[in-house]
Amino acid sequence: MAWTREEMAQQAAKQLQDGFYVNLGIGIPTLVSNYIPEGMHVVLESENGMLGTGPFPTEEELDGDLVNASKQTVTLLPYGSYFDSAESFAMIRGGHVDLAILGAMEVSEAGDIANWMVPGKIVKGMGGAMDLVSGVRRVIVCMEHNSKDGEPKVRKQCTLPLTGSGMVRHVVTDICEFECVRGEGLILTAMAHDITLDEVRARTEADFKVVLG
Amino acid sequence: MGKVYQEAGAALRDILRDGMSIAVGGFGICGIPEHCLRLIAESGVKDLTIVSITAHIDGYGIGQLLDNGQVKKIIGSYLGENNNFAKLYISGKLEVEFNPQGTLVERMRAGGAGIAGFYTRVGVDTVVSEGKEIREFDGRRYVLEEGITTDLSIIKAWQGDEEGNLIYRKTARNCNPQAAVCSKMTVAEIEEMLPTGQMDPSAIHTPGIYVQRLFKGNAFENRIERRITRSA
Repeated sequence: MAWTREEMAQQAAKQLQDGFYVNLGIGIPTLVSNYIPEGMHVVLESENGMLGTGPFPTEEELDGDLVNASKQTVTLLPYGSYFDSAESFAMIRGGHVDLAILGAMEVSEAGDIANWMVPGKIVKGMGGAMDLVSGVRRVIVCMEHNSKDGEPKVRKQCTLPLTGSGMVRHVVTDICEFECVRGEGLILTAMAHDITLDEVRARTEADFKVVLG
Repeated sequence: MGKVYQEAGAALRDILRDGMSIAVGGFGICGIPEHCLRLIAESGVKDLTIVSITAHIDGYGIGQLLDNGQVKKIIGSYLGENNNFAKLYISGKLEVEFNPQGTLVERMRAGGAGIAGFYTRVGVDTVVSEGKEIREFDGRRYVLEEGITTDLSIIKAWQGDEEGNLIYRKTARNCNPQAAVCSKMTVAEIEEMLPTGQMDPSAIHTPGIYVQRLFKGNAFENRIERRITRSA
């Protein structure tokens, strides 16, 4: 059985550490906020300009001046702060944010990531994706193992335009997890229940070592 | 000469001209100068170069300017929420320059601070760094990005006073302070005008030196792009 979106988020949540400042991307990464372990202090950053991003507001709390990086209405937790975009990206680009959990279209053996454009399709722009990938101390990717057409997304080399090169340190897919070690490549560290090594090999283009925990 | 104007038209009409560059504060449609943008749409001024993180949404904000065909070029970051943008871009009717969001904001800040350019890791080994100078510092490669200055900046703040001092509210601050510094003609629209001396000087986000004109907007729409709530 492949992992569900919620289970993928739970796997990714194991990367959290007490005291971490964390940026969560759109999609499955956003779900990680539901699995912060009890008693662990993790501060969520939204790159539009806040630390301490809280849950969606109630009708009474709703405030159009308070949105996250996906432009969704949110709340601020008691320890939170607001700041401008230059300050926000100084945190990100200056390596002050500990962890980014991002979605991706492709990841390569060398830790390259492509998640902002598909040639021939409408280009929306990279937003903060390149800043996050280049600046945050540890970048992990949470994505489906294969594309809707069944193409492998964990590649020897990315086929799509890069968001950043050599930046990804860990990958969680719906069937397995890889550690990405600089200079060594990918190491398979976990598989979902009933997923076999042969299946992972068949659905992965990249080469990888196997060190299951 | 006072900085306070009665409304958007009085603050902007004598400044607007074809072909000018305009920095626009806001992220998505949060904290955008909606009165200024409506006035510019009505003015019919054209061939504009717009510097903005996003292109707002169809029919609102920068969306109005795109609908009217007033924009020649957008220097932006994430422009995808606007459907008309996509049409204009595909048909070649709009020049577009995509920037990483932090790079765009820093370019505005740098331009306004008299810094011609800066080196950043962001965008190295991607299309963003193509054709730009790459330089190594401590064994890592950085790309040279240039500061941006514009002919006009339009921004939105929460509170202001006669000196042009501004305070923003919550995440509606976003890139408004950077848009404010990147031109020498910044027009701010505000929700509340405070009497001089009533603003806590330690709480001011944008000092009045960066603001040449301001006016109190009437009936802000303050639209919400993605309204999401949970049950209490």
